[in-house]
Amino acid sequence: MADTTSATPAQHLSDEDDPSRRDVIMIAAGGFAAVGLGLGLWPLLDQMNPDASALSQATTEVDLSHVEAGQAITVMWRGKPIFIRHRTDKEIEEAKAVPVDDLPDQLARNANLPDNAPATDANRAGKDRENWLVMIGICTHLGCIPKGQAVGDPKGDYDGWFCPCHGSQYDSAGRIRKGPAPQNLAIPPYAFASETKVKIG
Amino acid sequence: MTHTSSYEPSTGIEKWIDQRLPVPRLIYDQFLAFPTPRNLNYWWTFGGILTFMLVSQIATGVVLAMHYVPTAEGAFDSVEHIMRDVNWGWLLRYTHEVGASMFFLAAYIHTFRGLYYGSYKAPREVLWILGVLILLLMIATAFMGYSLVWGQMSFWAVTVITNIFSSLDAVIPGLGTRLVQWIWGGFAVGSPTLTRLYSLHYLFPFVIAGVVVLHIWALHIPGNNNPTGIDVKSTRDTVPFHPYYTIKDGFALVLFATLFAGLVFYAPNLLGHPDNYIPANPLQTPQHIVPEWYFLPFYAILRAIPSKLFGVVALIGAIVVLFFVPWLDTSRVRSTSYRPIYKWFFWAFVVTCVVLGYLGSQLPEGVYLVLGRVFTAYYFLFFLLVMPLVGWIEKPEALPGSIIESVLGPEEAPQATKRSALRRRAQEPAL
Amino acid sequence: MTKPLLHGLAYAAGLAVALALPFGPALAADDAASATAAVNHEPSIESQSWSFNGPFGVYDNAQLQRGFLVYKTICANCHSMRLLSYRNLSESGGPEFSPDEVKDIAAQVQVTDGPNDKGEMFQRPGRPSDRFHSPFANEAAARVANSGALPPDLSVMAKARPGGPDYIYALLTGYRPASAGFQLAPGMQYNLAFPGHQVAMPPPLFDGAVKYTDGTKPTIDNYARDVAAYLMWAAEPKLEERHKFGALVMIYLIAFAVIMFLTKRSVWARLHGKVTHAA
Repeated sequence: MADTTSATPAQHLSDEDDPSRRDVIMIAAGGFAAVGLGLGLWPLLDQMNPDASALSQATTEVDLSHVEAGQAITVMWRGKPIFIRHRTDKEIEEAKAVPVDDLPDQLARNANLPDNAPATDANRAGKDRENWLVMIGICTHLGCIPKGQAVGDPKGDYDGWFCPCHGSQYDSAGRIRKGPAPQNLAIPPYAFASETKVKIG
Repeated sequence: MTHTSSYEPSTGIEKWIDQRLPVPRLIYDQFLAFPTPRNLNYWWTFGGILTFMLVSQIATGVVLAMHYVPTAEGAFDSVEHIMRDVNWGWLLRYTHEVGASMFFLAAYIHTFRGLYYGSYKAPREVLWILGVLILLLMIATAFMGYSLVWGQMSFWAVTVITNIFSSLDAVIPGLGTRLVQWIWGGFAVGSPTLTRLYSLHYLFPFVIAGVVVLHIWALHIPGNNNPTGIDVKSTRDTVPFHPYYTIKDGFALVLFATLFAGLVFYAPNLLGHPDNYIPANPLQTPQHIVPEWYFLPFYAILRAIPSKLFGVVALIGAIVVLFFVPWLDTSRVRSTSYRPIYKWFFWAFVVTCVVLGYLGSQLPEGVYLVLGRVFTAYYFLFFLLVMPLVGWIEKPEALPGSIIESVLGPEEAPQATKRSALRRRAQEPAL
Repeated sequence: MTKPLLHGLAYAAGLAVALALPFGPALAADDAASATAAVNHEPSIESQSWSFNGPFGVYDNAQLQRGFLVYKTICANCHSMRLLSYRNLSESGGPEFSPDEVKDIAAQVQVTDGPNDKGEMFQRPGRPSDRFHSPFANEAAARVANSGALPPDLSVMAKARPGGPDYIYALLTGYRPASAGFQLAPGMQYNLAFPGHQVAMPPPLFDGAVKYTDGTKPTIDNYARDVAAYLMWAAEPKLEERHKFGALVMIYLIAFAVIMFLTKRSVWARLHGKVTHAA
């Protein structure tokens, strides 16, 4: 076959006749293509974000009317267990008596308060409702679910929660006192919608 | 295609990569500088369109797979979950579903182009065979993909088509039944069938991509065919692929995308079947089991033959015969533009395929059955009788002397005139 | 310029005819319908005019709210819609009840939840995130309550029948006394629209069955229209979003096509001066 090497694209890309007009149209074409590519890419990425059914679970309303003092319930919120405890006066006194300086983790870890709020019992319990404790029931060590919700569960030395995986112990305000867990049990964003209803998330 | 590369890396990075793995050179030589006949018409844009469709189907398919649940109990609901709750899920699903139809539309046009212009003739036989192989893989992939919805049509299409293999019982007793149960993973179509269809449906597009690479490689050895069917003779016959055909292919692609978008956004269920919005029910067969439009011609052929076994043979034969086209056609010229007798038979074949498609959507009874048999007969006669005989008997028209002459006319291409005049007198074939 | 253009037009026309031939009846039908009705010798369904028809179609919120009311009052006694959640009722592009209205609607049903800490399943009021309550626990229970017939789920019914909402409207308004000589099986009802003309569902609508509060006349015809539109939304909740994005995409593509055409012509014009070009 004869030599069929044709001119290079560079020679065909350069223009003698009207470079400005042709460049404009090629830039416009390139621009449209780039925009199209970007817009087309977005749904492919956004589809991985939580979908509408996951987002609908983002807020849970919980009815607390049947939770007596000394009782606790566990509800699911965003796939995580939430410990809601109706504390007894004894548990509240015990928690208040601890000086914050004695705590391994001195921050409140409360999403409803600024990040630097100290871990006083007032900053851990419900606002104006110190007999209610709402926490994410996941041990801050490696993610197990601590025991202490049910009657008969081991509650550790501080009358709170005890994590069976590696022995972390939390007090009656959910603060870490002993064991490998680095932080107090996290408190999710929540608010009381009424005396007996709490809205989480 | 032996030619020295004229690639000169223009940036330091290009040079660094090229020295270690000559991909920049490869891209430049094969997709930018590649000498392409200057007379390609718009029927040649469908190769690029098909590449885009493969990328589109893989992209939408991979993200759909992140949400799809491949079990008999969960499949239908998961598709609805995608349509309702997943961000942009409705768009991804409809793009993928309509995309399958667009993929076949482009593939059929691309195939008919190959038939018309003799792109399968020497030295492009392997190129053609790879193309038919891609078509076969597409058919399998589309069939499996449709089943994943697990609607009534999905379920019963799988039941009917896999039951085809039971026709082997007529050859060796029990063989067909054992084969079908092996395919099903049970005694009937069920969840095990669905999960294996899902696995293979995810796999096959990547097999297709590999065969596409071979297909383009096989194309680039001799280079593209062109509407005259005559070989490239000099550099005046070709232009570099970029920018001429990148832009032309891009333009055609945007037009194709406009049709694609029109369907996705305004008539996404036009080409589908309402029965597939009914969850699969193994205890109730739909009144009329109909495949998607791109399978209808083959469906018509299957049902035209009274015997179950030979109907299956005809179905498979209708695709397998395509593999032999390079040897069935005895014509000395490639392009049907210069074959006055064959041209009529070709267009009759196109009409046959369209009519068979329509007949596939009807019940195989009465006049539909008669027509189905007539057109099935022509389908096979076209390949097995017309191609060998007409090519041998026919006197082709005079071919142009060169591609540049066909573009500019003999007056404008003075050097070609003498040669083309000589050729016309001698009736010398251009191959 | 004219010869290739004529060629192009001829090809396009040929292609259009070739494509239209099998799809002619389908192209004439609207978005949700297909040609299947015509080819399957089923009763022909009259086209109705819907607010959501056509490329610029949108749902009528008030109509969808009325349609939901019809579903809830009448249809929901036998037909589930298990692919819908109550929160869908407040999402844009649908009936667009307010979030508080949706909370009330959801709270009206009792939902099985659990198991609780004692291992028991319990009932609680519905929440917006719950799926629509089903009238029967399972298929068998549904059949027992309906003389062996299974009232189908209606979530995607408007896409699951040729004719879509036209068909649903025709079915609900198509009950007639059986003509003399027609063999009506026991327990079945004669219906003009149902394939085979016999349907197990007794006529569900009658004038005044549902209290409309927006002044719309409480007739069978309006109930049928409203619930058909509601079922169309239930099957295609993203229709409005799809039409909206479609308009943007089509404008973009048509502009892009024009630009690409001009670019192509501009690039290929470079060949006009170049019969021979440097090797």
